[in-house]
Amino acid sequence: MLVLDILSAILLLAGVFFGFTGAVGLFRFPDFFTRVHAASVTDSIASILILLGLLLQTQFDLNTAKLIFILLFLMITSPTASHALAKSARHGGLLSIPEADQKKESP
Amino acid sequence: MAVLIDLVLMGMLAITALRVIFLKDLFAVVMLFSIYSFVSALIFVSLDAVDVAFTEAAVGAGISTVLMLGTLALTGRKEKESKHSSVLPLLVVTVTGAALVYGTLDMPPFGNPENPIHQHVAPRYIEESPKEVGLPNMVTSVLASYRGFDTLGETVVVFAAMIGVLTLLGVRRNEDDGAPESGLQSHRVLHVVAKVVIPYVILFALYVQFHGDFGPGGGFQAGVIAAAAMILYALVFGLPLAQRVISPKFLQILAPLGVLLYASVGLVSMLKGGNFLDYNRLAHDPLHGQHYGIIIIELGVGVTVFAVMLSIFYAFASQAERSNVQ
Amino acid sequence: MSFIVDYYNYWIVVFLMMAGFYIVISANNLVKKIAGLNIFQTSVFMLYISMGKVAGGTAPIVVEGVEVYSNPLPHVLILTAIVVGVATTAVGLALIIRIKRAYGTVEENEFENSDDAI
Repeated sequence: MLVLDILSAILLLAGVFFGFTGAVGLFRFPDFFTRVHAASVTDSIASILILLGLLLQTQFDLNTAKLIFILLFLMITSPTASHALAKSARHGGLLSIPEADQKKESP
Repeated sequence: MAVLIDLVLMGMLAITALRVIFLKDLFAVVMLFSIYSFVSALIFVSLDAVDVAFTEAAVGAGISTVLMLGTLALTGRKEKESKHSSVLPLLVVTVTGAALVYGTLDMPPFGNPENPIHQHVAPRYIEESPKEVGLPNMVTSVLASYRGFDTLGETVVVFAAMIGVLTLLGVRRNEDDGAPESGLQSHRVLHVVAKVVIPYVILFALYVQFHGDFGPGGGFQAGVIAAAAMILYALVFGLPLAQRVISPKFLQILAPLGVLLYASVGLVSMLKGGNFLDYNRLAHDPLHGQHYGIIIIELGVGVTVFAVMLSIFYAFASQAERSNVQ
Repeated sequence: MSFIVDYYNYWIVVFLMMAGFYIVISANNLVKKIAGLNIFQTSVFMLYISMGKVAGGTAPIVVEGVEVYSNPLPHVLILTAIVVGVATTAVGLALIIRIKRAYGTVEENEFENSDDAI
């Protein structure tokens, strides 16, 4: 069906765009916590869009079920991974940029 | 189009390998190595080797990375500057590389169906294995039935690795000192998500174990995935608690049981009048005999690999615990 | 151009092999040597799997309507090789931990002469 093909192409392209912006953000952001945010954009929204685009390409069979399971699993685990990363950095004492500036000003 | 994907992925691999040479921070080296394994698993998929991709992703990007990180926790993160010059290694590497590239010019072109490798042995297995063994997955039928003896040897090698690691390191018997404090005590999100995810990972490991006849999968991948579920449990909830759930002694009994199961299938075939590991004798009909034999030995392999991987992880992690306590 | 397409797989595999080999012979730290060894091993696997690929074939799992399959025999060989590789890596890393405990360091130039001192 042509409509499904066009829709899945739009979803795949949007997913690639978000993945690309996540990668660019990983390089350009100044601070660790902002970079973790950029990486988590890739994990969550880009993967969801790409998997939805792929879902539209399958006929309703076993592959559809497998892709839905992968989507559910990714939606549960990737935000948790970003959370664990940011939390362990915080635990180790890393300060965000406003806090580091504040600490420098008030000795 | 597939050529383009191959080219890009191989280029990424080359850049990763180059970067590993020049990095001094070993944590980053281990992470890059894990990315290398993962990208090579993608390349295996694009080269139609789905079983190999599965194993490489589970083993290389999973277990190897965890073990290397465990070693880094004990030996330190940074590599010191090396004093000797790197001219001689560079020369050796360049000469060897040039010789190898000169050798590859003699090889048949990539992907051509007329290559010598596809001519005599492979068509026989592709034609005959659905009739003689009856499984859709030709790799499993060759691995478990035609070459079952080699797979027995491989299982014994994995078991020997466990013996080696346990001899070198030993698993620290945890002194029961009250509440298990180690582990990420204040990480409520991780606790909840781990509790939700671990049962499904074990279920997936069982699916891969028994579905290895019909799709990519089999004993090794299933054992590694189940071990990964338990390693997640140990990382989130702490090693003492994990050792109470599955104790090291239990694993030391389980690993030889898997190898024994595998070898006893061979002995049973001999008792029934055939050769060692001749599955045709196991049931009333050769095809059913092959199916029984393959399922039982894959179970043996999965059990052994699970016990070995988890034992090795326990050995590494209890070393880290011991040095933390000191 | 078709010459490059025919052989680029093998050349990149040779490059990766040499990168891993260089890490093994020139790195000072033992853990980095093990990482280099694994890079070398994985590139060898890629060599075998690229030899087994048939253009236009699919994965060697029997499905309806598919005529051409890729060669399953290198896949079997490499499956065994991957598992043996991880077993070797585990034992190597355990040895590194013991070396650290015995000599206090895992940098090669710091302990390579200390055996004569004992």
